Amino acid sequence: MLAKRIIPCLDVRDGKVVKGVNFEGIKEVGDPVECAYEYNLQGADEIVFYDITASHEGRGVMLDVVRETAKKVFVPLTVGGGIKTVDDIRDTLRAGADKVSVNSQAVQNPQLIKDGADIFGSQCICVGIDAKMIADNKWTVYINGGRIDMKLDLIEWVKKIEQLGAGEICLNSIDTDGVREGFDIPMLDAVCRAVKIPVIASGGAGKLSDFAEAFIKTDCSAALAASLFHFKELTVGEVKQDVKKHGIPVRI
Amino acid sequence: MIAVIDYGAGNIFSVKNALDYLGYENRLTKSAEDIKNAEGIILPGVGAFPWAMKMLNESGLVDTIKTEAKKKPFLGICLGMQLLFDKGFEFEECGGLGLISGHVDKMDEPDLVIPHMGWNKLEKNHDCPLLEGLSDNEYVYFVHSYKAFCEDENLYAYCEYGHKVSALVSDGKTVFGAQFHPEKSGETGLKILKNFVGMTSNI
Repeated sequence: MLAKRIIPCLDVRDGKVVKGVNFEGIKEVGDPVECAYEYNLQGADEIVFYDITASHEGRGVMLDVVRETAKKVFVPLTVGGGIKTVDDIRDTLRAGADKVSVNSQAVQNPQLIKDGADIFGSQCICVGIDAKMIADNKWTVYINGGRIDMKLDLIEWVKKIEQLGAGEICLNSIDTDGVREGFDIPMLDAVCRAVKIPVIASGGAGKLSDFAEAFIKTDCSAALAASLFHFKELTVGEVKQDVKKHGIPVRI
Repeated sequence: MIAVIDYGAGNIFSVKNALDYLGYENRLTKSAEDIKNAEGIILPGVGAFPWAMKMLNESGLVDTIKTEAKKKPFLGICLGMQLLFDKGFEFEECGGLGLISGHVDKMDEPDLVIPHMGWNKLEKNHDCPLLEGLSDNEYVYFVHSYKAFCEDENLYAYCEYGHKVSALVSDGKTVFGAQFHPEKSGETGLKILKNFVGMTSNI
């Protein structure tokens, strides 16, 4: 039986870990390679780098970060943000990433999912989704960091993603993201019921019990958090101990 | 020196990174000479069985691999493990290296997600030098859609995913195969690689 995964996410811009509530307030807060190494020591099952770099030069810096991390962190690495083409996927995997996460580009060009899965295998194509509730049990997909509503039904989209060959979905709820009162259980549950591929819960973790709650109330395979781990409010190890206490299989 | 066979397959850099991190001399190589001179050999691999065998055949290394694998520690990883068997049925029937008897076929688990991807618990079947110093039931990282079917005597560890999945196989002598990725399995994986290198004479 597979263990449920706990995944810390690092937002990276121009080779530095950044944190901020909005784009104006972003601060550089650390070296991504060191942060990833620290998470690795804490027992992270996987590490996600989310590249928020705008410039072309910054992309190359991101690949250097992946290369350096892969020399000292021996758990799977995922890179998301700014991946637009099959060549971007190839470059990222060659730098040492095990998976890529595609988001806005996949909505605008779903063929990218199929091409990526056909060439590199489903296991390395994760599709990131930002979604927001519009009515009870109804959500739509947003792009560009949650700024543009694509009027695309979430459940239709996840079924299409699976059919195109995606290996995994990272589901971020715009409604719970930053609120820190737990993952969006209704949205997560609806998506887990609609597809067979693994779903990663993202957005909303604020306390220890939020992780176990997601695993108990839904069939999600993993839970991801950024700030909570970054500001050292909780360690990955503490979260895993708590999840284990609830009788859920985790790697400790 | 550990020879990491480079025949165009995927994850060779991860394997090299792990060996570098552990401080073991290693070389990514396509050369029969290097393979003959190495104290240990690793055959990595990501991709499809027939494609990998075609690449190995074209590289002209198959006979060298078959001979050298019986002389010194040899570790196949993921697809590299699957290639150790007599044959595979990925897309089409295809002969393998025949170093361990058995075959490779699709994982048939209608109720489970395929590929089998993630951290799964390693259950020991027989004592194995690669697992020395590890506690029972450690987690290792898997990514695969096909699995090996072999005799119990060659199955050293397995995991449960619907049915049993062959995780660590061996001929009981020098040939070992790991379906999981030790180079992506954290401290547990590094320990397994350390044990492997420990079997060679270059430490």
